[in-house]
Amino acid sequence: MSDFMMPSMGADMDEGTLVEWKVRPGDKVGKGQIIASVDTTKVVLDIEVFESGVVEALYIDEGTKVDVGTPIARIGDGSHIEEGISAPSEKAEKSGPEKAEPEPEARADVAEKARPTEKPVPPVTSGRQPASPAARRKARERGIDLAGITGTGEGGAVVLADLESAEAKAKGKPAAGFNPDSMRQTIAAAMSRSKREIPHYYLATTVDLHAAEAWLEDYNQGKPPKERLLMAALLMKAAALALVKYPDLNGFYREQGFVAADTVNLGMAVNLRGGGLVAPAILGADSLALPALMARLQDLVSRARSGGLRSTEMSQGTATVTSLGERGVDTVYGVIYPPQVAMVGFGRVHRRPVVVDDAIAAHTAVNISLAADHRVCDGHLGALFLNYIEKLLQKPEAL
Amino acid sequence: MKRDEIRKAVLEELSNIAPDIDMAGFDDTADVQDEYDLDSMDAVNLLTAIHKRLKVNVPDRDYARMRSIAELVDYLEQHQA
Repeated sequence: MSDFMMPSMGADMDEGTLVEWKVRPGDKVGKGQIIASVDTTKVVLDIEVFESGVVEALYIDEGTKVDVGTPIARIGDGSHIEEGISAPSEKAEKSGPEKAEPEPEARADVAEKARPTEKPVPPVTSGRQPASPAARRKARERGIDLAGITGTGEGGAVVLADLESAEAKAKGKPAAGFNPDSMRQTIAAAMSRSKREIPHYYLATTVDLHAAEAWLEDYNQGKPPKERLLMAALLMKAAALALVKYPDLNGFYREQGFVAADTVNLGMAVNLRGGGLVAPAILGADSLALPALMARLQDLVSRARSGGLRSTEMSQGTATVTSLGERGVDTVYGVIYPPQVAMVGFGRVHRRPVVVDDAIAAHTAVNISLAADHRVCDGHLGALFLNYIEKLLQKPEAL
Repeated sequence: MKRDEIRKAVLEELSNIAPDIDMAGFDDTADVQDEYDLDSMDAVNLLTAIHKRLKVNVPDRDYARMRSIAELVDYLEQHQA
């Protein structure tokens, strides 16, 4: 048996509030299964387990704030199941995605830090609608009638996310856990660290998208909206392939120095309605065909805005792209998201004069920029990288 | 379908995509990109929802010419099945 620790949720998040257990003691779990949702200062994330087994004990009560690396559950063979919320076992080994070692007095520390984050509100009765315990409790606290809410959980049960989206809809506000002030602080911490530690260098180049645009128009012709591709998908695929070719831009810089990643988990800066941004990653973006990449992109943007991002998507990005271009700027120079070492920026995609042979033609084009970590590579490599993206975009059919 | 029914359907779908928009004071003639911060991903989602609900497939080329919800509703009124 081993203790499952609160996993890392990205460089800028070192604690989170456990809002809902999705499993109970005695439940079988498989690697990658979602066992809990955690509210960080930015978004509500789904936490996945990293091993298969049986949930033997849950250590943390819903509504409790916990640091990354704190034991939150025990996974074993099912021989020592403890009902309810129990204290961490002394014998259990530690397991988790990170080596995050909790200090010996971790338990006392957690207990001290444990503070419910929701303020009780006079109860109102709820109907007989099936609902998860956490959703039921929250509904009671907030005075919401569960009967009017459509459940998306097992057997149509109302889960916390349903409650939150129903509330958000009612209020016209972004979903749960969103606090503009703490979001700002979180971004401030990560970006200050980036600018303090990473010697950025910046490059940019203009890329003719004439071929890509023609190909895209032809591809989308006659297709229902659901099956169409956006230029963003082509740009991201080209960036992912270029990151494979130039691994010095794809990976993590930690205490021991830079380690290149063997896959491209392409982070994407997503602007959140109501303020702030998150940068979840498309795992294995380099090996996805365009329609699959487009589907993942759509899915990720929608989950970033409404909740349901996974902890792996937040912590395993190996490089990030940002496309502020849709907001009308020609070029965007990114700030690298540590411990990554590169940020690719896509500016506005629009028609402009370009030289074709000996004449000037109006072509759709985009400014692509690179902010890269000078500790790992030099501008020469960055230039080759941008030129390779340009080359890839001239043959969109091969992406 | 009458125009106001089409408008109601479009605004409902828009509200699902962008719950933060204040539908009570919605300005049909405003530029949706500038005023309501709709990006290309939101547009794909809106057209997908409209296709499903109203059975009108709006090509990208036509959508690209529209700026406001009023123009979209005009288009849907003319092209409805």
